[in-house]
Amino acid sequence: MMEEVKEAASVLSVHDDSIRVTEVLKDGDTLTFIIVSQKLSGTGEYHVDRTYEDFEWLQQHLFSQEDVPGIQGVIFPPLPAKPQVNASSRSIKQLGFLALGECQPYCKALEAFLQQVATHTILSKNKAVEVFLTSSDPPGRQKVKKNIFNRLSQAVEEMRKEGHKDVDEFFQNERDHNLVLTGCTKTAAEKFLDVVATEQKIAVACGHFSTALHLCVEPGEDPDKQAFSRVCVKLSEVFESIKKNMTSVAENNVNTLGLGLDLESRYQEAEREMLFRRTCKLVELENARRNAEKAKPVKKAAMEEVKKAAETEFEQISGVAKQEIERFQGARVEMLQQALVSWCEKQLLTAKESADQFNQHLEVFRGMA
Amino acid sequence: MATSSERSPPPFPDSEDQDVLDTEEVRGRDSDEDEDLFGSPSTSPVTGMDTTLTSDVSMKPPSDIMNDPLIEPMSSQTENKPTSEPSDDFFDLTNNVSVVAAAATKSDDFVDILGSETGAQRGEVVKADVTVEATIDKSEVIAGITDPLSQQEAKQTSTAPVIDLSGDSQPVTSKIADPLLDLFSDGPPAAEAKKPSSANVDLFDDEEGSDIFAEPLQTKPAKQKSLFGEPDEDVFGEPLGAISKKPVPKEQKEKSVTTKVTAGGPLQDSKPADIFSQAAASTPSVTSTVNSKSNGVHSEEEGDIFAAEATVELSLDSPRNERKKEATAKPSAPAPTSLPAAASLAKPQPPALEELEEEEEEEEEDKFDIFVSVKDPEKIGDGMNAYMAYKVSTQTTLPMFRNKTFTVRRRFSDFLGLYEKLSEKHGPNGFIVPPPPEKSLLGMTKVKVGKEDSSSTDFVERRRGALERYLQRVVNHPSLLQDPDVREFLEREELPRAVSTQALSGAGFLKMINKATDAVSKMTIKMNESDVWFEEKLQEVESADQQFRKLHALVESLVVHRKELSLNTASFAKSAAMLGSAEDNTALSRALSQLAEVEDKMEQLHQEQAANDTFTFAEMIADYIRLLGAVRGSFDHRMKAWQRWQDAQSMLQKKRETEAKLLWANKPDKLQLAKEEIAEWEAKVTQYERDFERVSATVRKEVIRFEREKTKNCKRQIIKYLECLLQSQQQLIKYWEAFLPEAKAIA
Repeated sequence: MMEEVKEAASVLSVHDDSIRVTEVLKDGDTLTFIIVSQKLSGTGEYHVDRTYEDFEWLQQHLFSQEDVPGIQGVIFPPLPAKPQVNASSRSIKQLGFLALGECQPYCKALEAFLQQVATHTILSKNKAVEVFLTSSDPPGRQKVKKNIFNRLSQAVEEMRKEGHKDVDEFFQNERDHNLVLTGCTKTAAEKFLDVVATEQKIAVACGHFSTALHLCVEPGEDPDKQAFSRVCVKLSEVFESIKKNMTSVAENNVNTLGLGLDLESRYQEAEREMLFRRTCKLVELENARRNAEKAKPVKKAAMEEVKKAAETEFEQISGVAKQEIERFQGARVEMLQQALVSWCEKQLLTAKESADQFNQHLEVFRGMA
Repeated sequence: MATSSERSPPPFPDSEDQDVLDTEEVRGRDSDEDEDLFGSPSTSPVTGMDTTLTSDVSMKPPSDIMNDPLIEPMSSQTENKPTSEPSDDFFDLTNNVSVVAAAATKSDDFVDILGSETGAQRGEVVKADVTVEATIDKSEVIAGITDPLSQQEAKQTSTAPVIDLSGDSQPVTSKIADPLLDLFSDGPPAAEAKKPSSANVDLFDDEEGSDIFAEPLQTKPAKQKSLFGEPDEDVFGEPLGAISKKPVPKEQKEKSVTTKVTAGGPLQDSKPADIFSQAAASTPSVTSTVNSKSNGVHSEEEGDIFAAEATVELSLDSPRNERKKEATAKPSAPAPTSLPAAASLAKPQPPALEELEEEEEEEEEDKFDIFVSVKDPEKIGDGMNAYMAYKVSTQTTLPMFRNKTFTVRRRFSDFLGLYEKLSEKHGPNGFIVPPPPEKSLLGMTKVKVGKEDSSSTDFVERRRGALERYLQRVVNHPSLLQDPDVREFLEREELPRAVSTQALSGAGFLKMINKATDAVSKMTIKMNESDVWFEEKLQEVESADQQFRKLHALVESLVVHRKELSLNTASFAKSAAMLGSAEDNTALSRALSQLAEVEDKMEQLHQEQAANDTFTFAEMIADYIRLLGAVRGSFDHRMKAWQRWQDAQSMLQKKRETEAKLLWANKPDKLQLAKEEIAEWEAKVTQYERDFERVSATVRKEVIRFEREKTKNCKRQIIKYLECLLQSQQQLIKYWEAFLPEAKAIA
């Protein structure tokens, strides 16, 4: 299969910005996502159903394109963690925002992933992407073989390379900066998630209160009692709208800034991985250089060759990485800006609506008095 | 004469006994005399007085009368006198005091008028008159009254003339009483109640008109003037119970006239047996109705309070009470008149009375012009002996207070002490006494230890709010506001230290035991409820209690979440700021730090919202849970009253059985005793039954008032809450609007 992908470096047959994850079907423990995309040729649409395993397959393919020069310098669009149907608290924590709500945030995240893959100049050339998006048959659902690019969670010794001094000041800076940003973004996302969670709790509490108020309504002809009942019912309505307000505030938070921060944080991770891969290559290169210098004449030629190969590879990686970082910086600012603006607009709208509603309630109460 | 002697117990000890024992007789005599007096003067002055007020006519004669006879007794009677002498004087005086008699005769006219006019109409007219006149003579009366009072208390010599005067004034009142009594017997009870009261008011106007005599008299030598002071005071103070109280408030300035007035009534309630046996016997129903109606201030059950307040009065100042007792004792029939008089006296304070009358008419309007706030909690002392002191500021235009605004410092146990006093006094009568917040050992210990964390400030603030609402509920209660302890609490600079806190918690323990026994007795007392209303209400109260508890838990959890939100927002703001500082892109960095600021502000909003939730809902609901406890307490008191009645009934039954047995066994000596006992228990049964009915009525009224208040208060709170909510939402809009261009500026 690898070979096929290699040869066919065609452009995708769909509009990359038309890719949507529209639906999610729950079947036992497996979630199936419906992916819709517009055909470039004409008006038709591709509808395919994919499981999370298919996404993993796609990512795996993207990772393992060994023929593409400098592939390791690519910041791979991050695939969200596997969703859990019966989520434990730990996995929820891992998923962050994506665990909230009825899978919409998760779909959004998958959508973002696919769009980024599709728009990526290098990755979109991969045949697997086309297959994933258009083929009605599910792509090979075979067990994915472990890849070295898989995750950061590799050997502990590898981690030491993180601190390796870079030869290039640009990358050194980028690495340092990335380290700080990753941490910050992660905490920010977590804190924001806490805020949203609390808002949801408040919404629930308001709902309870509103329901409980209904129980206070006493039947009876007594005008005093009726007056009190009216107050209760009205107050119940007030709390219902407070609940609505809180719910939509929380929703806005999730759908805009929440997703934005989540994506940002995952992207920072991806960048970090990429930088790490490059650093690994650097270490490898340096080792090769040393070996070549120290090598006995017999082995000298072979060593030199290894060194040369490593050098070219490193050069390629660095070149791609530089491009990727620049692209990424622009993209993430734009993404965050978009998130912030739409967040702000939505919250503003919600606040205005709520204010209107509260005003109406207030008028009603004043009228009652 | 017996009455006159009673004025000064020490010189005439036996006469007092006589009075007590022979009230019937005395009264009879009195009334006879009245009749006589009545007969002669009424014919002549009445005609002149029909249309005009007494002013002109009365101006002259009283001055003469008072000078002539009064000087005489003054000089001659300084020493110990035989009882006969005052009586002589008495007769003279009464004969002379044609004006007074005329005033009394005026009542006849009024009776006529009353017959034709409607009660309410007249009530208004009268009110207007009274206020004018009363205010006019107020100052003079005070001037004249204060010194006689002191004189009386200090010297015994002065008592002699006073006695005479009181004696002579007595016929006035009794005369007044006579037409009234007639009236009572004639008309239907309801109308009666109205009519006499207004009639009396007018009568008193007249007499106050005679007060104004002070003016002409003042032109006379100083000696006479001082002399006049006495008669003046006596005329009003002595026979008219309530009037005698009038000088007292003036003198003391601490008690309101209205409470004094109510105190007049109680005496007859509390001591009906000896002093008022007559009045009670002859016109018991009348007196009670007059009580309720004429007071204006008070609603129907107020009679009960009288008992309580009267006892308070007694304990507060015994000398005056003696006098009062005498005063009320002398004119037996005038008892009803004294109350209307009191009502008229209360009128110099138009705002209060108007308010109070409105209260009587429609309870909707029981907003008094009084506002109490509790502010500035302050920790005093250190360690475990530390306590919180609060500033209690009162703003009022009620004339029962000396100033319009005043502030005192009170500590928490003082608030509790006030409640203890109030609930002791008013609880058994079926009043719902608003309960103060509970003692909180944990909360207070935290404060004491001095941890300046948010929970302790929150605790203090919550308690402050609760205390404020508690006091406002107390002063907004028409009856509780009249309580001298309430006024003392609000006004007095230094309160005697309430029972020590320790003792109070001990009391709390006792209360717990009491509650336990109550619960047991509640289970054992199976009250066969005759009134469906109470049965339903009790159930409603129980279920409301449950619901409020549930609501309270929900609101508390909501508040917890709100607080959490504010905390989380704060930490998000912090991490946003950090992200902003780590960001390379300057525009994005700027936007992120702006975002941090916005979130900081939002945290403030969330905090305010949490406080809003707490203070508007959580605390309100907590208040209502407490209040519902008080409501249930009033139900319990009603049940106790019922129990007492039932016990008395069964006791009576037993006594009757023993009587039957004795009768059968033919033991006449013991039979007499048994009969007496039966009579005693019969009286008790009727008494307890009346008590029960009264308590029932009070409870019913209080519960209705409570419910109405509840709705009103809820509405008010909700409006306040919504206003806050709206405001915070608008603030939020502002924040977002400010932030939007920042976000858009990122590029």
